[in-house]
Amino acid sequence: MYFAKELLEQSSTLRKKWEDEVRKVVAKNPDQKPERLWTTVSDLPIKRLYAPEDIKDMNFAEDISYPGQFPFIRGNQVTGYRGKYWTFRMFSGMGDAKTTNERWHLLLKEGQTGLSTAFDFPTLMGYDSDSPKARGECGKCGVAIDTLEDFMQLIDGVPMDKVTTSMTINPPATALWAMYCAAAQIRGIPLDKIGGTIQNDMLKEFIAQKTLMCPPEPSVKLISDTVEFGTKYVPRWNTISISGYHIREAGSTAVQELAFTLRDGMEYVEDVLRRKGLDIDSFATRLSFFYNSHIDFFEEIAKLRAARRIWAKAMRDRYKAKDPRSWWMRFHTQTAGCSLTAQQPYNNVVRTATEALAAVLGGTQSLHTNSLDEVLCLPSDHAVQIALRTQQIIAEETGVANTIDPLAGSYFIEALTNEMEQQAWDYIHKIDEMGGMVAAIEKGFPQLEISDAAYKFQRQIDAGEKIMVGVNKYVSEQVEPIPFLEIDDTVETEQIERLNAVRRKRDNKAVKKCLDDLRNACKKGENVMPYCIEAVKELASVQEICDVYREVYGEYRDPGLY
Amino acid sequence: MAKRKIRVMVAKPGLDGHDRGARVLARCFRDAGYEVIYTGCHQTPEQIAAAAIQEDVDMVGLSCLSGAHRYLFPAVKKLLVEKGADDIVVVGGGIIPDQDFQYLYDNGIKEIFTPGATLESIVKWVNENVKPRN
Repeated sequence: MYFAKELLEQSSTLRKKWEDEVRKVVAKNPDQKPERLWTTVSDLPIKRLYAPEDIKDMNFAEDISYPGQFPFIRGNQVTGYRGKYWTFRMFSGMGDAKTTNERWHLLLKEGQTGLSTAFDFPTLMGYDSDSPKARGECGKCGVAIDTLEDFMQLIDGVPMDKVTTSMTINPPATALWAMYCAAAQIRGIPLDKIGGTIQNDMLKEFIAQKTLMCPPEPSVKLISDTVEFGTKYVPRWNTISISGYHIREAGSTAVQELAFTLRDGMEYVEDVLRRKGLDIDSFATRLSFFYNSHIDFFEEIAKLRAARRIWAKAMRDRYKAKDPRSWWMRFHTQTAGCSLTAQQPYNNVVRTATEALAAVLGGTQSLHTNSLDEVLCLPSDHAVQIALRTQQIIAEETGVANTIDPLAGSYFIEALTNEMEQQAWDYIHKIDEMGGMVAAIEKGFPQLEISDAAYKFQRQIDAGEKIMVGVNKYVSEQVEPIPFLEIDDTVETEQIERLNAVRRKRDNKAVKKCLDDLRNACKKGENVMPYCIEAVKELASVQEICDVYREVYGEYRDPGLY
Repeated sequence: MAKRKIRVMVAKPGLDGHDRGARVLARCFRDAGYEVIYTGCHQTPEQIAAAAIQEDVDMVGLSCLSGAHRYLFPAVKKLLVEKGADDIVVVGGGIIPDQDFQYLYDNGIKEIFTPGATLESIVKWVNENVKPRN
């Protein structure tokens, strides 16, 4: 039992007295809204008060414990943020490689401590800038990368052995990671010295983000290839960032984000164990996670704490990992793009600050804070500086980093953490019964659960049952325009010219041979990574590599579930 | 003969996968009593125009959050006109800056809905502006 019997008895007596008082007051002054509307943004009911009774069944050693100890609810690091703050990692990319490189150097100069790459849609989908499918999209939502030449320009002046770089790339992850590895080798930096992350999480693409290329089964195979290659040769690299962020942005609840993300993680673990035969403790630390931090402050803190505990239990008990480091769930967090509003955009600074604070109190190890203008366009220099400063103010002014997991032991936070964990396990077990996440995706289960939640939320907004300031309450007619960063259409023509120049000067015979070798490796089920590295060194393009995958594994089309 | 229901196609042109708005609207149109076809993500303008004609829809709602709307929306409208289906109403939504509205209107996009538009207001607009074609 978590509390002494005596305390619970006292609490029970005092609670009755309080409940009587509440009844009297409410009879005279009713609450502002009915009971059913006091919920989190995800519609989780919240009680008026939490007290010892709500957490009396917890077991201190198994459920809370200390930082750096199972179940890691209080964090992985024994020293918390005193040794090192979370990594200030702003997601950025726009136009061509040169423009993005300039933004990166600006961010590093301003105190950013890690890099994070946003690619444009053609790159994300594995198409070259001159593909007919890429028309109108080049450089618009991120940086356009076609070949290693662009990539070398992107990382120009970046100390690859000191700064870690994250790349948000999924179907073509092998090609872009191969470029990073090749770039390191060209610069004479050994692969075991480079660190970073590729997102490389296809399951959440089928569930939510819809950056699609091949069917689920071969997609997971390619991911297992990267886990294996990283385990052997690039041990400081997170070969996957198992992402709840996009699941949440697509409209899920916090519990769905938690459950689907962790179940995705389990699917990858199971695939590597089965397909590659690796020991769980040899690769567990290659896995990292990525969460959303939405506007409901306590729900997000509880979610992140619950996530660490669920993963620790899964790794220890379900997969029998022995090394405590294998039980760690390390994660990056990004504030919620979907919580921002185009109306009165300066209010977004306040939303982002609140969400960032929740991420920090939830113990994130890396953080991106959205810029106030991101709901309208790519962030301007000024907006991105405010977003970065938001993190620096939280870290160095507010004092929240002084002590580890400061909300532990709160009746409310612990009760909410327990509740969310329980609901997440219910989902996880349901997906187990369906035969795993790939099977659940094929049935459309997570997709439709998310659609239900998104539709319900929109209905609640329309009914004024949930509030977005400036959208359905406190609407202001006065519009204050904000500076608008636009990507010029000339980016597309210039990028295509660069790509054509590369095609003219490279050894096209050598490229063809590399692609043939890659095709054979795919057909034989070999690990594709060494072949990708050779191909990008010969200046094969992202699309040329992805076309091999499409040819061998087939193409997957969005079934359009709603 | 009973009056035919309004048939709408919700479509995602381009490479952008941000489909939350499209999915929510597809459900909303279904609940409003329309016949709904949702294309899913990553459709080319050619695919959308062909499907709209084949499905004999009264309206196509295009959703784009990637910034490529200036190319993609007019391309769909132009193809419909070329194929003699200029009476199919084309509307758009997503992240569309105010300064692009006029350009899209000039290119045959009848209305633009941006974040903050309520589902009710969108249905009301459709009821007033889209009639089942015969």
